Amino acid sequence: MRKAQGSWEKRILKSLNSMCTELSIPLARKRPVGQQKELLNKWNEMGTDEPDLSLFRPVYAPKDFLEVLINLRNPNYENGDSLSFRTHLGLIQVPLKVKDIPELKECFVELGLNTGQLGIDDSTQVPPELFESEHVRIGQKVLAEQDSAAAQQYIRQGSPTALRAELWALILNISSQPEDILYYEQLKTNVIQHDLLVDSLIYKDVKLTASNDDYYFVFEDYLYQVLLCFSRDTSVLAHFAYNSASPPKSYIRGKLGLEEYAVFYPPNGVIPFHGFSMYVAPLCFLYHEPYKLYQTFREMYVRFFFRLHSISSHPSGIVSLCLLFETLLQTYLPQLFYHLREIGAQPLRISFKWMVRAFSGYLATDQLLLLWDRILGYNSLEILAVLAAAVFAFRAVNLMEVTSLASAEAVLADLSTLKVMPLLQIFLFATVT
Amino acid sequence: MSRPKNQNYKGHGLSKGKEREQRASIRFKTTLVNTLTDVLRNRPGWVEVKDEGEWDFYWCDVSWLRENFDHTYMDDHVRISHFRNHYELTRKNYMVKNLKRFRRQLEREAGKLEAAKCDFFPKTFEMPCEYHLFVEEFRKHPGITWIMKPVARSQGKGIFLFRRLKDVMDWRKDTRNSDDQKEELPVENYVAQRYVENPYLIGGRKFDLRVYVLVMSYLPLRAWLYRDGFARFSNTRFTLSSIDDQYVHLTNVAVQKTSPDYHPKKGCKWMLQRFRQYLASKHGPQAVEALFSDMDNIFIKSLQSVQKVIISDKHCFELYGYDILIDQDLKPWLLEVNASPSLTASSQEDYELKTCLVEDTLHVVDMEARLTGKEKRIGGFDLMWNDGPVSREEGAPDLPGTGNFMTNTHLGMQGRLHQ
Repeated sequence: MRKAQGSWEKRILKSLNSMCTELSIPLARKRPVGQQKELLNKWNEMGTDEPDLSLFRPVYAPKDFLEVLINLRNPNYENGDSLSFRTHLGLIQVPLKVKDIPELKECFVELGLNTGQLGIDDSTQVPPELFESEHVRIGQKVLAEQDSAAAQQYIRQGSPTALRAELWALILNISSQPEDILYYEQLKTNVIQHDLLVDSLIYKDVKLTASNDDYYFVFEDYLYQVLLCFSRDTSVLAHFAYNSASPPKSYIRGKLGLEEYAVFYPPNGVIPFHGFSMYVAPLCFLYHEPYKLYQTFREMYVRFFFRLHSISSHPSGIVSLCLLFETLLQTYLPQLFYHLREIGAQPLRISFKWMVRAFSGYLATDQLLLLWDRILGYNSLEILAVLAAAVFAFRAVNLMEVTSLASAEAVLADLSTLKVMPLLQIFLFATVT
Repeated sequence: MSRPKNQNYKGHGLSKGKEREQRASIRFKTTLVNTLTDVLRNRPGWVEVKDEGEWDFYWCDVSWLRENFDHTYMDDHVRISHFRNHYELTRKNYMVKNLKRFRRQLEREAGKLEAAKCDFFPKTFEMPCEYHLFVEEFRKHPGITWIMKPVARSQGKGIFLFRRLKDVMDWRKDTRNSDDQKEELPVENYVAQRYVENPYLIGGRKFDLRVYVLVMSYLPLRAWLYRDGFARFSNTRFTLSSIDDQYVHLTNVAVQKTSPDYHPKKGCKWMLQRFRQYLASKHGPQAVEALFSDMDNIFIKSLQSVQKVIISDKHCFELYGYDILIDQDLKPWLLEVNASPSLTASSQEDYELKTCLVEDTLHVVDMEARLTGKEKRIGGFDLMWNDGPVSREEGAPDLPGTGNFMTNTHLGMQGRLHQ
């Protein structure tokens, strides 16, 4: 795994360096004072800037990453030549352990049919006295006690809209101490003073994805504020201790190879890819002070999101999620799986982008936030794979009738009307296994 | 669980009177395009009439109405999409006049508190006749911003902001001069209105809300509120320092479309559902309930203020587009009411909204005579006022002040039942 991650990183770096050389733009440079002043004035409306980004390309897109994952092989593993019912027919060929439905049912017991859920039991047809009012009351109590562990348990059933921002802050241990605000301001100063090549990539990504989204375009300015600061935040480097990835290194001009002159580039060690800004966009719904928004995003990144684009064997890592998705589909919807495979529409090719983005930009925001509630509650990303499988199960009838990858994509193109909690419940608890 | 039928429940007038005959096909006529023609042409049993043929239903524009309504004979069943003198509500100067009169009446009849419920309209003065009153008010609050709007134009044309009387004087001179030179130019009436300086901002941007209200009759007043609508954002960040920048302050899509920042793909609109969720996550559900109930109040009071003035012809119905601005204290302000809200779509989502809106309007108008007249909800429309408030609960008596009275409005909530 580490080897694969290493070679993937080399590829990304190569791509970044070549873009750098092609465009003759330094990886980093200090801004002239005039520019600094200008940027400071425009800090709250960077979205109005229209720099020429046509020559920039995103360093990589999720589908490039998928190709790498597909080619992962464990050299020590002997599969045997004969095909059996155990043979995994999906794209991922790495034999990691993934849960099956009975295990998932145990793991996600609070999503069961007999437990109240927000996203199901708060719909307009259900009288609030049955579940919602009590749930809100408990939520308020949890917040009053400032009990982080209780909050994490509580949020498994979903968070009321009005309490969500505080609950997440409690679970992620985000404080609003003056030091934190100061730290953010410090990062902001770094942005003003230095211009990084990565900044242009961030700009391009925001313009391509979030700004074009029907709902997130409004938050464009916040996205710049968060992501530009994020790329300069060296405290993020700490997460590489438990990340199989390693931060790319760069050398001061003329000192290639000399370790004393090596710096991490970008300073936070994370190179953004196409769609990266979508991790931040939904959070703009919850937090309005930039430093709070920033901290929440940073915490979400170092706890969860980084696993979605680095190669590791962790059960919440993207490789395991892909395998979990494929296994669920192959085991519980074999006809559908086989059909799609036959027509050249491997299901993972469609669902990969959903999982890499944690469904941001694909689901309606209120549904997405209910989903992310459960990510926080269960401290695991496995629910993304389960949801992906549940979506396929939901649209199985239509999918059985398609005859090409393109038409399969079309059936699954629009997820904005889906309600995630009923889908998850039905898939886990109401399907005959 | 069945409940006893309430004998006092009034139907909404469609099945009263003699038996309405079922028509084999309904001949319609329209000059407008896009969503409207799509819906009309696809409605089963509806046939388009061209040129001088006879019609049962006409979705007309206001100019046709002005010229022809008075000498057009219409059978009982015929329906037309405007009231003869809708401008009492939709022209800014008339609306202000009617609202002020209604407010005075309320104050006399029900006291100051009740009259204060009409304070959803920023202080407005008609020009030129109320110029002196305007100057008095202007002098009382130096430094605030005012907005000058032509009464009869739409899409943001002719509007400008000012802070100094000098700007108004200059403008008066300009218009008077041009009037002398070109006598064909009609004398235009303007209103000067107090500009809401603390609008609610999302993402640093100003926005206003477009809400649809369908009025089936004025005497008695029967009005339906559509659940969907949208928030229209200005493309640039709000600041009071540049009142010359039309793009910052005017949120009409027509104006925004010409802004250099405009990207058609963006659309710069949020569906009301999304807006409501956003507000709820920021301010909590009670604050949002209060805001939306204040908006209900705007719709009802504005309609009541013109109730006695508008000629309530049974052939007429009207779909109004209300423009509402929210300020930072979550108070809604009425900007204006449009008699011909745009039905052209700026995006796929917008197309779906407007198509459903037109379809549901036709359902309520009920040319096919299918409704019982007791419905409180038709498609995305909720019956908001039926000669009195309408309760949310099924079969319950529509009497406010009986404890749990909740009005039958669901703006920004779950959309149509059928998709």
